[in-house]
Amino acid sequence: MQEYTLLSVQAFGNLFRRPFYGADLITQADSIGVGSLPIVILTGFFTGGVLALQSASTLAQFGAKAVTGELVSLSMIKELGPVLTGLMLTGRNASGMASELGSMQVSEQIDAMRALGTDPVKKLVTPRVIATIVMSFFLTIISDLVGIAGGGAVSISLLGLDASQYFHTAYQTLQYPDIIQGLLKPVFFGFIISTVGCFFGMTTKGGTQGVGKATTQAVVVASVCIIASDFILSRVLIGIFGR
Amino acid sequence: MPDTETLAPEKPAQSDAPEQVLVFEDVSIYFEDHPVLQNVSFEVYRGQTRILLGPAGVGKSVLLKLANGLLKPDAGRIFLFGQDISRLSEDELLHLRGRVGMVFQESALFDSLDVEDNVAYRLEEEHVPAQECADRVLEALRFVELEHTLQKFPSELSGGMRRRVAIARAIISKPDLLLYDSPTGGLDPITSTTIIELVVKQRDFYGTTAMLVTHRLQDAFVLATHYYDAEKKSMQPIPNNGLNANTSFLVLNDGKVVFDGSTQELVHSNDPFLKEYLS
Repeated sequence: MQEYTLLSVQAFGNLFRRPFYGADLITQADSIGVGSLPIVILTGFFTGGVLALQSASTLAQFGAKAVTGELVSLSMIKELGPVLTGLMLTGRNASGMASELGSMQVSEQIDAMRALGTDPVKKLVTPRVIATIVMSFFLTIISDLVGIAGGGAVSISLLGLDASQYFHTAYQTLQYPDIIQGLLKPVFFGFIISTVGCFFGMTTKGGTQGVGKATTQAVVVASVCIIASDFILSRVLIGIFGR
Repeated sequence: MPDTETLAPEKPAQSDAPEQVLVFEDVSIYFEDHPVLQNVSFEVYRGQTRILLGPAGVGKSVLLKLANGLLKPDAGRIFLFGQDISRLSEDELLHLRGRVGMVFQESALFDSLDVEDNVAYRLEEEHVPAQECADRVLEALRFVELEHTLQKFPSELSGGMRRRVAIARAIISKPDLLLYDSPTGGLDPITSTTIIELVVKQRDFYGTTAMLVTHRLQDAFVLATHYYDAEKKSMQPIPNNGLNANTSFLVLNDGKVVFDGSTQELVHSNDPFLKEYLS
């Protein structure tokens, strides 16, 4: 835990120290952000769709099928958008970071980097952390929008709801606290994904077997941390905003 | 290929009093309570080539990493260019390492970069102008006779070629100290000879202070008994069974220095371990 905290502090502290590896940051942002776009869009679309499908039948029992848009919109923005995007990014990027940095560690490339006068935390960890936080934020927004669109597609085509009613209720129900909650979470999740992935990568020991172990640990730990921190964040933010 | 004579050495003239480049003072290091090195003391002077011998797993690579500040000793002090590196921060060490070139056991080339970028890595970090950087990369690659591999990736190179690229990467900044960690480990005899020839060439052409870890005795003795002939562009035996005066040995066993001396002293030692080790 101490080592993890130290790595996280160093990663952020490096933002204010030269040199700044801007090119690495852009490369990572492209790899993490653009690279994850397809899975985030697919996951968001089908989650929104299935959410509409499942909730509509329950809502219909109370004669409230018309508020399906409201339910999909709130669920996606406050919970499912951030969490599912976080889990998708974990599966794709925390594992990628752990295996890439782990391979570099066991093949002495990290030592070589230090021997060549480069701080590996500054060069490898900081760009990944910043890129993941920023990209997680924007990918969540995309996931939310696509999820609502997916819910809309299902509601209109399969459930026979009116398009303007769906999107109107989806939009009208949202308040600023909901948006703030939905946009704060990916910042924390991005931090968890990148620091956990980099930590397990940078501390890999034991050759190729160790790389596999580090990758698995990174995915498991980051996933559990995302779900646990989602609960804590939700509780705190509901306490602050009252909804 | 241009003559290597164009690679003019940029070394200051050697002064009368030998300058200590690297000093180990009672250095010990433990891994999970297991002692790897215990009370290791020795000095490396400017212009010297120290060959570090010893059985596998005795702590030779650990010693080299300590010398470059990649590991911190649990006890004792290490002086690199007169600075106690066991007390320096990582930032200060990063700066100091600019004067040290290191060749790792498995080359440790960056997989994601091609040969040109691998060799140029340090220069790019120092923001050397692009044209100068390209010229110096070519110069370093010519030294190891691999100038045709600029755009290749490490995965496309043979083991011997990777070591040569690693040597080019280590020498590009014209370091004051070169650390070779088993540069011939895992290579066939012919390729090993090529690598040792490069080490001899670097020693005799640039006069760079070096420390070389190996468990291959034949490589160690080739280093001690050969010189680089710039005219013939190859390594030749020193006439009359001569020995290189600047090349000396350090032998480790059980985490301790069991021998520190010249080639002559090593081969005539009566120490039972050394006799068995050399036989």
